[in-house]
Amino acid sequence: MLAFLRDRKVRGYIFQFLSIVIVVAFLWYIGVNTAHNIQQRGIRTGFGFLSGTAGFAINDTPISYNEGDTYARVFLIGILNTLIVSFVSIVLATILGLIIGVLRLSKNWLVKKLAAAYVDIFRNIPILLQILFWYNVVLRSLPDPRGSIDFFGKIFINNRGFYIPRAAYNSTTFSVIISFFLVIVFLVFLNKWAKKRQELTGQEFPVLLTGIALFIVVPIIAFFIGGANFDFSYPHLNGFNFTGGKVFYPEFLALAFAITVYTATFIAEAVRSGIEAVDKGQKEAAASIGLTGYQSLKLVVLPQAVRIAIPPTINQYLNIVKNSSLATAIGYPGLVTIFAGTTLNQVGQAIEIISMTMAVFLTISLTISLVLNWLNHKMKIKER
Amino acid sequence: MAVYNKIESRKAPSNSIGFFHWIRENLFSSPLNSALTILGIAILVLIIPPFIKWAIVDANFKGTTRAACTGDGACWVFVKMKLDMFLYGFYPEAEKWRVNLTYGLFFVVIASFRYLKGSMLKLSIAALYFIVAFFLIHGGFFGLTNIPTNKWGGLMLTIVISAVGIVCSFPIGIIFAFGRTSELPIIKSISVTYIEFIRGVPLITILFMSAVILPLFFPEGVNFNKLLRALIGITLFEAAYIAEIIRGGMQAIPKGQYEAADAIGLSYWQKMLLVILPQALKVAIPNLVGTFIALFQDTTLVLIIGLFDLLAMVQLTTSDSHWIGYETEGYVFVTIIFWVFCYAMSIYSKTLEKRFNTNLK
Repeated sequence: MLAFLRDRKVRGYIFQFLSIVIVVAFLWYIGVNTAHNIQQRGIRTGFGFLSGTAGFAINDTPISYNEGDTYARVFLIGILNTLIVSFVSIVLATILGLIIGVLRLSKNWLVKKLAAAYVDIFRNIPILLQILFWYNVVLRSLPDPRGSIDFFGKIFINNRGFYIPRAAYNSTTFSVIISFFLVIVFLVFLNKWAKKRQELTGQEFPVLLTGIALFIVVPIIAFFIGGANFDFSYPHLNGFNFTGGKVFYPEFLALAFAITVYTATFIAEAVRSGIEAVDKGQKEAAASIGLTGYQSLKLVVLPQAVRIAIPPTINQYLNIVKNSSLATAIGYPGLVTIFAGTTLNQVGQAIEIISMTMAVFLTISLTISLVLNWLNHKMKIKER
Repeated sequence: MAVYNKIESRKAPSNSIGFFHWIRENLFSSPLNSALTILGIAILVLIIPPFIKWAIVDANFKGTTRAACTGDGACWVFVKMKLDMFLYGFYPEAEKWRVNLTYGLFFVVIASFRYLKGSMLKLSIAALYFIVAFFLIHGGFFGLTNIPTNKWGGLMLTIVISAVGIVCSFPIGIIFAFGRTSELPIIKSISVTYIEFIRGVPLITILFMSAVILPLFFPEGVNFNKLLRALIGITLFEAAYIAEIIRGGMQAIPKGQYEAADAIGLSYWQKMLLVILPQALKVAIPNLVGTFIALFQDTTLVLIIGLFDLLAMVQLTTSDSHWIGYETEGYVFVTIIFWVFCYAMSIYSKTLEKRFNTNLK
């Protein structure tokens, strides 16, 4: 009579039906409880709080902000700060990771061992500990503003931050920035054209050298076209603190530095395993058909190494964004600090605030994984 | 008949053997390499001698008060006096033997595994160990006084959180790995949603959630203490990562294994538990150890929700008015402990990787 229960399909349906029932029942249970608890404790609901006045100060804001602004603006500043510190850390960690990864494969014994020691030391210390160490020990021990370490009287380092001259928003700055973008766009097209020509005729075009030359020459030309005047504002001591110029706060420095140092170890390992994974026969084959060392690196080794190294590297970018939330331990005003921290304490609407915070991180993560999937698809070996 | 004398083989030219040859080949083979070598030596000279001077030569080891720290170097007296705080938190002095006994039993259990056969026996011993450990550390039964969890702290709390996190997240992770590879669409989508959601958000938001929102989910009267809430958050977080690693291991198993299990008529659970999982775990072990290292490091985040783990002890002990200003010593000491644990685990994972690599070839 119960023979139909032995049918795999039927059992599959029953099993799935049961799991839906369990999940729905669980959600129902916590939903009812939450509604009851919220009513009991008199917690407000809804997103109306976003238009309320924040009333607290934030020291590091990329866009203008004052205490009279709304929680919505605090949310926006949190997102921007999180993105800024993540972006800076991603760029720096990639550069440092590449260098360390290549040095680990150096023929120089001492350099190889030093690079390995760097990786072994820093990847085995918790990132939060590193952030707290740089913030509480190293940056705190810097001199106060009056005793700042200064470079040429223009750049200052003290326990309040790192001060550099800031260029004004004028035609010179603008044209130099634009020129950088133009060079990048031009190089993308140049690279495509050079590749095509090489495939058709076998002639190589020195894209790398051209690129370096353009990056030096074009901004200089743009500098003169734009009026040759950056109109720098220099930091200077005013009473007990510095004014003018651009300041990087200690919270930002400690966070970006610790994330860079920590993540670079993982990127270095990805780079190393990518290069090591290229079969020796590939290099020998490249040499035997007469490619030079540079050609073999550019045309044979790197394309294969990059394919292996990129997925783990992008996963590390994801980790950087997530680790930037540790800003809350030292008070850098990222999303978790000022929104899931200060705002939550003031408003008390935990469900809305934590959900919004999680939604932001989920969006960033999903975007990065979409980029990764697209890259993986694009770089897949095209088999005939 | 010609007589051929054996000619002694000539010695290798003196510039291709020996110490100086090694140095030339490995350190000064090109101008660039020479520059790098000098740079490397400069970095070593800049870092190591000052550190040794600070940490050992000029450091103070003797004494019991701040006044004993007279030199320019580190004041290890601070660490010495606060050692109990770093290792046990506020666990009562008289009851520390219970924590130590738990540590000791752990090594006894590990040692016994070398001589015992049978995975069921090993599993039950491990389970028994965790029950005994809970009774020993938590107390409240068999005449042991109860030590409330807010007295737990330091290294002991870090170990408790990591151990519970690893042990509890493992079965949940396996279930979600099965779910994600399942052919049943609804089971699969539930698992994918859970795994991708957890992996997309930082641990700190999960910890905030379990600290602030979790109490709202349950009727009044159901109370979780702070530690339990952190443990729930960490377990749920870690389970998603473990699920992905085990799924990776399962994908490395050749399809023939699944088909063979089906062909001899095993049920789904027999197939997964007896054929696929043991092989998948073996492939996944190096990555699993990597996750355990990450988990061990991630336990430091509980300081943000107000638990006093090993890292939080630095801030707590240096806020003691007798010992203000010794953060450096505290952080260096804690760094060394964390580093030794993580490095030991990573060495272990490398040996496992080697062992399993030869197996596969």
